[in-house]
Amino acid sequence: MNPAALEAVGLTRRFGGLTAVSDVSLRLSVGELHAVIGPNGAGKSTLVNLLSGELRPSAGSVRLGGADATGWPPWRLAQGGVGRSFQRTNVLRGMTVFENARLAAQSRAFGLSRWLRAAAAEAGPIAGARAALARVGLSEAEGAVAGTLSHGQLRLLEIAMALATAPTVLLLDEPLAGMGPEEGERLAALLKALSRDHALLLIEHDMDVVFAVADTLTVMVDGQVLERGPPDRIRASAAVREAYLGHEV
Amino acid sequence: MIVASRAGHAALALAALAVALMPLWASGYHVQLASTALVAAMFALSLQLLVGAAGMVSLGHAAFFGIGAYAVHLLPAGLSILFTLPASALLAAAAALPVGALSLRTRGFFFLMTTLAFGQMLFFLFHDTPLGGGKDGVFVSRPALEAFGFAFEVPRRSRPTVLLLLNLGVLAAMYAGLAALMGTLFGHALRGIRENEDRMRALGYDTRRVKLAAFVLAGALAGVAGHMSAMTEAFVNPELLGWHRSAEGLLMILLGGLGALHGPILGAAAFVGLGEAATLLTERRRLVEGLVILAVVLVLPRGLAGLRLGLLRRREPAPVAAAAAEP
Ligand SMILES: Nc1ncnc2c1ncn2[C@@H]1O[C@H](COP(=O)(O)OP(=O)(O)OP(=O)(O)O)[C@@H](O)[C@H]1O
Ligand SMILES: [Mg+2]
Repeated sequence: MNPAALEAVGLTRRFGGLTAVSDVSLRLSVGELHAVIGPNGAGKSTLVNLLSGELRPSAGSVRLGGADATGWPPWRLAQGGVGRSFQRTNVLRGMTVFENARLAAQSRAFGLSRWLRAAAAEAGPIAGARAALARVGLSEAEGAVAGTLSHGQLRLLEIAMALATAPTVLLLDEPLAGMGPEEGERLAALLKALSRDHALLLIEHDMDVVFAVADTLTVMVDGQVLERGPPDRIRASAAVREAYLGHEV
Repeated sequence: MIVASRAGHAALALAALAVALMPLWASGYHVQLASTALVAAMFALSLQLLVGAAGMVSLGHAAFFGIGAYAVHLLPAGLSILFTLPASALLAAAAALPVGALSLRTRGFFFLMTTLAFGQMLFFLFHDTPLGGGKDGVFVSRPALEAFGFAFEVPRRSRPTVLLLLNLGVLAAMYAGLAALMGTLFGHALRGIRENEDRMRALGYDTRRVKLAAFVLAGALAGVAGHMSAMTEAFVNPELLGWHRSAEGLLMILLGGLGALHGPILGAAAFVGLGEAATLLTERRRLVEGLVILAVVLVLPRGLAGLRLGLLRRREPAPVAAAAAEP
């Protein structure tokens, strides 16, 4: 197996008396699509937030490329190559689609001179932004103000923004939620393609999609890892079926 | 926040020309009043870098204005403006750096209160200690108009004219600099932060550092405004640092338009003009001012700059919410 690009080691997060994530370990490697499934409130989003630095763990550690990254703020993990999308669409609504992607692509600015250069004249990031938009199929909507996009387009913009930062790791929290079947199918194919050169964590409720694209599955229930393995083994697991799949499939 | 289009800038340039020609058509009193308005515009413009550009509402901004003004008093008399102006900006920036670093640990309402607290601390530093010459203020000698060994002696009669042109030049330079800055990655990042700071952090922006840079730069520009105030009035007092000055700056921004870089300039002109008109009409000046501002804000949600938005605005999305809506 490839070395882990991003790793959770015994991650635990408590909210008051509630343990939303309990002792979860997980390895994400480039070339692998790792899906996390589980019922509502299982702690999937909390896990993503711990991995992206949005939340600090109560216990356990986050390792980025083999080095300790526990407690890093989100921007630092992002600079380290961790890109993410949010379950609840989270974009710069007052800006155009292109501006959203360009700001994402420009986030790797170093040095005063780059900060003081005209933003509209930066060829490299602009090309990166266009490429990310093309990859998700949003080129047409480039000039539209993000706040005016349809729900499905916003989900795509989320992913394009993450892609434009040229990440190694992609944490995608229910990217297909609320998409039409056709849109969803196209996106699933894109995710599969992306996983070839990214370490990809996918949270998704639609079991057909998950079993079609995932290389590895982690099943979470009540903050804990119930089962982990390749899709066919998870499909066959009695414990999983009882705890989760039973009322989904 | 939008930067005016070419047509908008032409209109602003025409207005600047009219101001520059005021000594030819207006009374000496009104020329001085215009200088006061220009200084107020500088201050409000420096505050707009925080409020309009980045969505940070500060109630301590006047402290940096006051420090810039007091720098003129604290520096030896007779120095050239080429030295005192940068010195004022640097002193104000030096004060803004620690204040910003600490205040920016908070956001929204708490940021407002923290900046208020720091601002009042600096106010009391000048009000209650002998550092700045006491609570009643002091007269200062104006920095010399001297460059490269060439001294420009201003006869007393033409002083208001010279100060007017000087203030106009400084304001124009400040505006041009900020307009250019809004087009840089730094300006765009500030806009992104105002839109959605958490998203910017997730993209990899160390937003606190970007905001701190804006805070320090805004402080330095307020220091420049303060310097020009001291130079114009030849007088400084602790009130220059007080929170109600900051609030006045915010009112000018609201009046002129939160969503446009030139809003504060219109707002400052309107505010000073309004104060003048209210004094002529009534003894209850503050009441009239308050009512008019309230009416303008209610009727024109984009302020005075929004009035001619068709002419002045670029093709850019409308600013959605007021900065006060920051979470
Ligand atoms: N900030 C928070 N404060 C308190 N409790 C929280 C917080 N965030 C999540 N929780 C709780 O932690 C548990 C796990 O939430 P989480 O959002 O991680 O679940 P999820 O698996 O993503 O669910 P869903 O499928 O509905 O998105 C839930 O019980 C939730 O109410
Ligand atoms: Mg979730």
